[in-house]
Amino acid sequence: MLRDITIGQYYPADSVIHKLDPRTKLMATMIYILSLFIFRGLAGFAAVTLGLFLVILLSKVPIGYMVKGLKAIVVILLITVIFNLFLTPGETLVSFWKLRITEEGLRNAAFMTVRLIYLILGSSILTLTTTPNQLTDGLEKSLRPLNKIRVPVHEIAMMMSIALRFIPILIEETDKIMKAQLARGADFESGNLVKKAKAMVPLLVPLFISAFRRANDLALAMEARCYNGGDGRTKMKPLKYKGADAAAYLLAAVYFAVVILLRSFM
Amino acid sequence: MNFIEARKLVHEYIRRDENDNVESILTALDEVNLDVKQGEFVAILGHNGSGKSTLAKHLNVLLRPSGGTLWVNGKDAQDAGNIWDIRQSTGMVFQNPDNQIIASVVEEDVAFGPENIGVPTTEIWKRVEKSLKSVGMIQYREHSPNRLSGGQKQRVAIAGVMAMEPKCIVLDEPTAMLDPNGRREVLEAVGQLGKEKGVTVILITHYMEEVIRADRVYVMDNGKVVMQGTPRAIFSQVDTLKSYRLDVPQITLLAYELRKAGVPVPEGILTRQELVEALCQLY
Amino acid sequence: MSIILDKVNYVYSEKTAYEIQALKDINLKINDGEFIGIIGHTGSGKSTLIQHLNGLVKASSGGIYYNGQDIYDADYKLKDLRGKVGLVFQYPEHQLFETTVFADVCFGPRNRGLSRKDSELKAFTALRSVGLSEDYWYRSPFELSGGQKRRTAIAGVLAMEPEVLVLDEPTAGLDPKGRDEILDLVAKLHRERQMTVILVSHSMEDVAKYVQRLIVMNHGSVLYDGTPAEVFAHYRELEEVGLAAPQVTYLMHELRKRGIPANGVATTLEEAKQSIMQAFSEKYSEQKATHWQ
Repeated sequence: MLRDITIGQYYPADSVIHKLDPRTKLMATMIYILSLFIFRGLAGFAAVTLGLFLVILLSKVPIGYMVKGLKAIVVILLITVIFNLFLTPGETLVSFWKLRITEEGLRNAAFMTVRLIYLILGSSILTLTTTPNQLTDGLEKSLRPLNKIRVPVHEIAMMMSIALRFIPILIEETDKIMKAQLARGADFESGNLVKKAKAMVPLLVPLFISAFRRANDLALAMEARCYNGGDGRTKMKPLKYKGADAAAYLLAAVYFAVVILLRSFM
Repeated sequence: MNFIEARKLVHEYIRRDENDNVESILTALDEVNLDVKQGEFVAILGHNGSGKSTLAKHLNVLLRPSGGTLWVNGKDAQDAGNIWDIRQSTGMVFQNPDNQIIASVVEEDVAFGPENIGVPTTEIWKRVEKSLKSVGMIQYREHSPNRLSGGQKQRVAIAGVMAMEPKCIVLDEPTAMLDPNGRREVLEAVGQLGKEKGVTVILITHYMEEVIRADRVYVMDNGKVVMQGTPRAIFSQVDTLKSYRLDVPQITLLAYELRKAGVPVPEGILTRQELVEALCQLY
Repeated sequence: MSIILDKVNYVYSEKTAYEIQALKDINLKINDGEFIGIIGHTGSGKSTLIQHLNGLVKASSGGIYYNGQDIYDADYKLKDLRGKVGLVFQYPEHQLFETTVFADVCFGPRNRGLSRKDSELKAFTALRSVGLSEDYWYRSPFELSGGQKRRTAIAGVLAMEPEVLVLDEPTAGLDPKGRDEILDLVAKLHRERQMTVILVSHSMEDVAKYVQRLIVMNHGSVLYDGTPAEVFAHYRELEEVGLAAPQVTYLMHELRKRGIPANGVATTLEEAKQSIMQAFSEKYSEQKATHWQ
């Protein structure tokens, strides 16, 4: 079961969004995130909402599935709401004890909540419709110019995709090691900070050793399959921009322009 | 020339202390001779620490010999310029199913090898499909390797090697971490390789049951080749095998015990069927 | 010592799309001094079951009683249970972490609250019983061979002096001699220390050779629970659920089909050999008898 927890699970489907080039999606996500912090007022809110839900619809990922990801940030949302509600100065609407809720507070809380939720939803679209390999391929290709200043782009991309591949495996291994140590009477819960840190040793040492062993095995396997760095490599799924990508870039540009314009009307 | 020719192959693991002085030398391979013909199915048996894995890693130049000579596919393994050629002609599947899968999607992992050797995109797709079909995993092509069983992962690993169209495939204890079902799946896939494609297969293992269909068996102990021959010839030497920390399948052992007790069962019984026939004839 | 499982159920990822019932209505009694084998296809619930025995995993419903005490009672100390039911996981050498073998084996007893001196005494005894030479005790565990590491890990559990020893595929990844050594060690511990031993295994031959009682798990339920002879008599049903009988059992059945009166419930090599010898010597004396007539 733990193997299903990847950072941003991929949801396979046959949608327009899935088929877009990962570079397009990366760029669009960045634009979208920027727009979340730029938009002002109800009109801006409407534009952002429209944009987001249009993309969600096109992605064919069930909305219920996406909402599940929000569970992780419930705590942050709550903190945001509370801080904004009670600590924003302005005209008091309601007060009890020493706490006041202002109109501005209410508005700020609402907008921040929306921003956070939309942030999570929007970024999820990226990881739900793009496989980790596609993402690293996209990053690799976009960052290729950095090769000129000796940044090992290919190697970094390879490291990232391997790390993503092994995260579920390492999570499962952590669970196994933890159970094995618990079976020997280890206690990871009680005690002060120092005691808890010490208790981590029987968990971390085996985990590190296992990770190194895996890395060693993997290196051998890669060499055995003639891996020799990025030079001369071809790709099974090379990234090529298509018509849909051009349209997507255009729409993203239009969307961004609209958000900025609406802001200046406020 | 044979596909693989090793003469007096030596490999020493040298441990050095902080001052770079030699602390200890472990001779993992001690003047090993090996001959494998194109298309043969050769098994290399040995207990853990016998040197069999070290030998395997020489065959695709993951390790370089400390002494002796090794020729693979007509190329001298000592010549650094031949490394990539040899690795392309001789693929390897390892013991741990998880630690040889690089990509997060099955078909992308199978493509890893061809990508590395510069195969054009359309050809990569063809090879990936062909190899996945030949190991019976084509329906899992878009799956994540995480959800697969051990046997399925190993089959994907085999497909990944076959997609490079090697002449030879070396499997280093491919079933050691699998359950009986997984073991069966992998051995079936391996059997197919030899039959259908004429690929030379070298199987490293310590499970006797797996070498029954091999053309020839080498037994290693302490870095040396101590026994050589057909499975039948090797299987009949039960005591010798035991002295090398190996074991024979239960049926072979039973046949051997019956012989010792006076029942004239023929030597080198490999399968249950053979023992049944032999006993029925004697009865 | 007794462990009773009463209507135990265990469900994974409840109320999600991935809900799986790993254990269904398990009712078992484990008696003192038994040597039990548990077999089952991958995913049958074997590992989940044994993790319930030392409280690592809590049943979704049902009760578990150790020596009559309810382990899910609020006052029950599960940490104590883990010292009494020693669980050795698959590839136990992956849990080694200390700087020396000896220190690692002391981990278990130290966690149980024993003094340094007492823990060291237990570690000493445990390392002796697994047959690891003293030469290795003060080395880093990572310098040892696979088989030695495994014995160190087993010693680590034995040092807690458990009443019940549960081993999940203790021979996984070992070569034939290594497998024999570990299983002989386990059999010795059962004999000499009168420990209750539970062995989870994929090898029908191993299980037939060593255990007195065999439990077959299938899709979360107990399919069979009896002596190896009783269980392997159902070899056809076992095949249907992805298992098998020991090789010799099949041999015996085929011999019977061909007219040789072999013992159909032989499950070990010794039994098979005796049975065949007997069949042959009876035939031989029969022939002698008719010859004289």
